[in-house]
Amino acid sequence: MSQNLFSDDLLSFIDEWKDKPGNLIMVLHRVQSEVGYISREAADEVSRLLDVPLATIWGVVTFYHFFKLTKPGKYNIQVCLGTACYLKGGDIIVEELEKLKGLKVDSLTEDGLFSLQAVRCVGCCGLAPVMTIGGEVFGKVSKDQIPGILDKFS
Amino acid sequence: MGFKNYILVCGGTGCESSKSDLIYKTLIEEAKAQGVADQVQVIKTGCFGFCEQGPIVKVLPEDSFYVKVKPEDARELISEHVIKGREVTRLLYNKTPKKPLEQVEDIQFYQKQLRIVLRNCGVIDPENIDDYIANDGYVALEKALFDMSEDDIIEEVKKSGLRGRGGAGFPTWMKWNFTKQAEGDVKYVVCNADEGDPGAYMDRSTLEGDPHSVLEAMTICGKAIGAHQGYIYIRAEYPLAIHRLEIAMKQAREYGLLGKNILGSGFDYDIEIRLGAGAFVCGEETALLQSIEGHRGMPQPRPPFPAVKGLWGKPTVINNVETWANIPVIIAKGGDEFAKVGTADSHGTKVFALTGKVCNSGLVEVPMGTTLREIVFDIGGGIANGRKFKAVQTGGPSGGVITEENLDTPIDFGGLQRIGSMMGSGGMIVMDDSDCIVDVAKFYLEFTRDESCGKCFPCRIGGKSLYNLLDKITIGNGTEEDIEELKTIAHAMQKGSLCALGQTAPNPVLSTLRYFPEEYEAHIRDKKCPAGKCKKLIRYQIDPNKCIGCTACSRKCPVGAISGELKKPHSINQSACIKCGVCRQTCKFSAITVE
Repeated sequence: MSQNLFSDDLLSFIDEWKDKPGNLIMVLHRVQSEVGYISREAADEVSRLLDVPLATIWGVVTFYHFFKLTKPGKYNIQVCLGTACYLKGGDIIVEELEKLKGLKVDSLTEDGLFSLQAVRCVGCCGLAPVMTIGGEVFGKVSKDQIPGILDKFS
Repeated sequence: MGFKNYILVCGGTGCESSKSDLIYKTLIEEAKAQGVADQVQVIKTGCFGFCEQGPIVKVLPEDSFYVKVKPEDARELISEHVIKGREVTRLLYNKTPKKPLEQVEDIQFYQKQLRIVLRNCGVIDPENIDDYIANDGYVALEKALFDMSEDDIIEEVKKSGLRGRGGAGFPTWMKWNFTKQAEGDVKYVVCNADEGDPGAYMDRSTLEGDPHSVLEAMTICGKAIGAHQGYIYIRAEYPLAIHRLEIAMKQAREYGLLGKNILGSGFDYDIEIRLGAGAFVCGEETALLQSIEGHRGMPQPRPPFPAVKGLWGKPTVINNVETWANIPVIIAKGGDEFAKVGTADSHGTKVFALTGKVCNSGLVEVPMGTTLREIVFDIGGGIANGRKFKAVQTGGPSGGVITEENLDTPIDFGGLQRIGSMMGSGGMIVMDDSDCIVDVAKFYLEFTRDESCGKCFPCRIGGKSLYNLLDKITIGNGTEEDIEELKTIAHAMQKGSLCALGQTAPNPVLSTLRYFPEEYEAHIRDKKCPAGKCKKLIRYQIDPNKCIGCTACSRKCPVGAISGELKKPHSINQSACIKCGVCRQTCKFSAITVE
């Protein structure tokens, strides 16, 4: 079971952290970076490996915004809605993505290509408004640039 | 050594996202290709602060300050500047050849700044410990380990008058002293790098540009309070900062500056990184400790304070990144020297993330006591796009707005509190006359509503109620009673919430009500948004005297709400209009107005 779900790398990481106090969040980070999100199966597996009740894991996963409960798209789009980006029109980017791709915040396009997240400050306020796609940062984004940016990802 | 030129490329997150990494690599390739690889050293540094003009490249020894550099400019920088010794004028900030003796500090953006916290950002290679050591790095640690007692260290911090830069401004030496005096063999040192304030990024830049300063400071504190383990709690959203911290910790261990028997002093100390997971409330110290322990980040009642009962129930010092970055300077140069900078109430400097509708966005570090006017207009270059200054918001979701009449207030902890705002972590967001103040208050309440941990009801229910009222006002359904209701809930939250998140969440509402009552009234009584932001309350109209009938707007309108004949004034069908504003952006004759 576990062999299929988690890589050997991940299993040895969990083994290394198993007896350290406060390990749960660190382990969940590693799981998410490998699996892409915290699936029910992954949570079950972490519960078994760390001997932590599933309810505790679910409590932690739902508390922190960083942990995702649904599978992200091939390219995850993050639109910054921190204060500087909001004032400079971050919400317009969100509206435009919905118009162009039918993408709503925290959802996925039908083809599974893009998912959309609204985030609070990615820390480059000088470039506001900012969006990131698959980790690449796009700054000073205007409405008419968005189709061109999306075309780069397929 | 002995290079003819040193090229410093900004490797902060802002510039990296504008391809500074590619600029760095291309410069190295070009130097090789043009046969001058032995004459020039290319170094990737931390943030220069002038993010508006990024990516930034600085060439030494001439001190040439190149801005908005592109990877394809690398060839010319090598062939002209390095080989022929001629500056590439078109890329210089001033676009004119540099005068003799002119320095980067003469650029207006830098003139009023004083860099203590950011002393090494944009100066050293953060991934090379030798660079840090060459700039007096670890001098303070050596002094603390060999020449100072535990009490001497705390006394020096006391003399400096350093107050916590994370928001509340609690005297740093007192935290250390309480923890030192607390009973127990095991004690911990924690660095709060969970910079959650939307619009602030000084902690990230410090860690990216000068990670060793934080490691050094935490080790000094470990000696002072008798701790042997430190934790850095950092946002998972800051991968570059985490990466550089990991490199720095590895190098420090190799040099015997972390680990067992540091520098042969017999003192053992090590540091571990723990990742946050995107919860604003984890900036609150008791919630942060819960999170390090692997739990949901729920604040705990204080007392007991972490100094007595902190991480895993042991006495713990928690300071934020910016506070830590001051410590090596204080120990190396003395607390008295540090205390010479600033005001009677607050010593030293403060780093602000200056953003919003200002010409020069960026990170600025100024002595305490500098006025807001100096920051916004002298350093920031005033309001962008020729619009009018409206307010500055400081302190993020816990702070308030500051208007024209208070722009000359010297900034320190007390000064900002007196005018209804607070220092906070240092976000400074400039607003112009197109920003609606009710909408801004709603923005912050939406944030604190989402970020409330839900433990205590004044914050959980109060925040949601405030948000609902503000929403009601911005869509034109507000009533006169709503203002009183806002105030009542706000005061209840201030008095009844468990932690600072709930206690300060109403500040954006109270402060905007205090300075902009007429704007709330316009929304409620006249059903109008003076800034033209709240969609339900605005109408776009075409001025028939200015419209020449070019049809540009009617062609752009996504819903076909604009009609009219060629060369005759057009009009907008209000019932079809979706208020997207495209027509106004399109019109070249300013014929379209919002009211």
